[in-house]
Amino acid sequence: MSALETAAAPQTLRRIAIEPVTRVEGHGKVTILLDEDNKIHQVRLHIVEFRGFEAFIEGRPYWEVPVTVQRLCGICPVSHLLAATKAMDLIAGFGPLTTTAEKLRRLLHYGQIVQSHALHFFHLSSPDLLLGFASEVAKRNIVGVAGAYPDLARQGVLTRKFGQEIIRHISGKRIHGTGVIPGGMNKALTQGERDELRNEIDGIIQWSREAVGLIKQLHETEPEFYNSFGESRANMMGLVDENGALDFYHGGLRARDADGGPIFDHADYATYRTLLQEDIKPWSYMKFPHIRTLGADNGWYRVGPLARIQICDRLTTPLAEAERQSFIAFNGGKPAHGALLFHWARMIEMLHAAELARDLLDDPDILGTHLMADKGDRREEAVGVIEAPRGTLFHHYRVADNDLVTYCNLIVSTTNNNHAMNESIRSVATQHLTGHEITEGLLNHIEIAIRAYDPCLSCATHAIGQMPLEVELLDAEGALVSRGRKNFAG
Amino acid sequence: MNGNGNGSSLGKAPIKVRLATTSLAGCFGCHMSFLDMDEKLFELADMVEFDRSPFTDIKHCGPCDIALIEGGVCNSENVHVLRELRANAKILVAVGACAINGGVPALRNRLKIGDILNQVYRSDAGEVQIPNDPELPAALDKVYPINEIVRVDYFLPGCPPSGDAIWKYLTDLILGRVPRLEPQLLHYD
Repeated sequence: MSALETAAAPQTLRRIAIEPVTRVEGHGKVTILLDEDNKIHQVRLHIVEFRGFEAFIEGRPYWEVPVTVQRLCGICPVSHLLAATKAMDLIAGFGPLTTTAEKLRRLLHYGQIVQSHALHFFHLSSPDLLLGFASEVAKRNIVGVAGAYPDLARQGVLTRKFGQEIIRHISGKRIHGTGVIPGGMNKALTQGERDELRNEIDGIIQWSREAVGLIKQLHETEPEFYNSFGESRANMMGLVDENGALDFYHGGLRARDADGGPIFDHADYATYRTLLQEDIKPWSYMKFPHIRTLGADNGWYRVGPLARIQICDRLTTPLAEAERQSFIAFNGGKPAHGALLFHWARMIEMLHAAELARDLLDDPDILGTHLMADKGDRREEAVGVIEAPRGTLFHHYRVADNDLVTYCNLIVSTTNNNHAMNESIRSVATQHLTGHEITEGLLNHIEIAIRAYDPCLSCATHAIGQMPLEVELLDAEGALVSRGRKNFAG
Repeated sequence: MNGNGNGSSLGKAPIKVRLATTSLAGCFGCHMSFLDMDEKLFELADMVEFDRSPFTDIKHCGPCDIALIEGGVCNSENVHVLRELRANAKILVAVGACAINGGVPALRNRLKIGDILNQVYRSDAGEVQIPNDPELPAALDKVYPINEIVRVDYFLPGCPPSGDAIWKYLTDLILGRVPRLEPQLLHYD
């Protein structure tokens, strides 16, 4: 168990809570226990909501599952739609997807990565990075950014809009569309729709390059700060294709240690149960997975942009790969683990997804109308995995002969990052809070480390709780707003 | 809008409408649909100022004109947050399927909450360890629509309602019109 996870004598300490954590998707809460000298003894990120999808999906017909489970998350519904449908493709007995169907699914997914990464960077995190970690609370939001940097805010809003329009054209709706069904797709892309998207994509690529430039510029102003803030040395995991390049839609699992050394590679994701183990802690509804062979103490890992771009051998598009090389070079080729570096990695991925989308919009196959695979024998059980915007997403189902689901297990991206996020906020507490008078601005430092992971607390509450982050909160004068509860659990 | 002048164009009124938003047991999709207003968000920012919202760092609600509620009520914390917003808002709006009737999370209502917890928190070895820390709010027996907990002034359907529907609704309200959604903006999926 890591330092600062559990205080030795919690009953002697005072509690501060950040509740709710804001500018993240969903509900989270952070609690901090500290002594008379403001020395910090315990920091925890709690996911406080529970929803129980895994339980109530059982008994539902398999063909209904993809559109039901996408309601886990309104930010990346496409992730759940795709991961669930990948499993149901196999269960329903379909062979390989048609060329057009796979390309449409990929375009849909790349559109989602653009919109989700833009949302996270511009709407949620840029207020901290551009206005200041401890800037005025009332203005520390996207409206404040729009006032100070109107052009940038507009680019962010329009970049997200573009990603959402890809999703709408392919799935019928921006949020919770259909389109993707077991065996393929239920609608072709029309030439008019393709042309509309193609006309805008070059501008989106240019704005994505500028966004990478912006975060690099911010990094250059304070490299030491950016490298060390919320640093936690973690194993890393993600999907790669057969050549070792990052693949958001399909591939084998690769895990590397904090120094970049191999743990496993090209592992069949259907065997995830032999690779990963989920632990339960009494203080959070979100489980804590680790790599089984390394054990709970050493096997926790990080997923998402910061892991993905550092464990893959390359990105397959030129502009994004050049930026990835530049990222790898800044730390002398060694893996970097600072939380704020997520933003840099995320913008490189947004550029990559935009380039991939352009290539598909230029590909004549995208207008094909052969959308359904051939059907073979049903099977009882299957696993579907994709790289969601926030990291590796696992869907695992069993379906009986009567079409009803008998088993469901989900490991969502944010759950994979559970331990790593907790370590990052403990790192921030050690670096910036301990021994100081705890102000609202300092507490925002904790939230900034959480935000960097782009946690989806909506997804993470699938079990039966929401994942609110609670941290105890002080008002602007530094007085404790809430100290009612103490945390005695170990 | 109450308290914001006498029929003049409130879009240019010096006093902005104060807007709070929250997501209870939902998926955040209605908040994403709010952002789907796209460029109109900048026009909206000229008419409203935000109070408590996941988009701001204001953690607790003050007096406000409109509160948009996404999600149903699944635990004790949802009840507290919903009551806080009702106590502060002149107009409270149930936004989306979950707030209106519980939505997909209410699919758990056919099961007993204890059984669900036992199933989800069973380890590979079969051991059950349900999180029970005092920091975690208690789950309710069922997921409830928000109108079973507080009075609701308007219901805005959809899963989620589109950005255009939210824009039409809000601008009608802010400019003093009776909120009305055309058939193409009114849908339930």
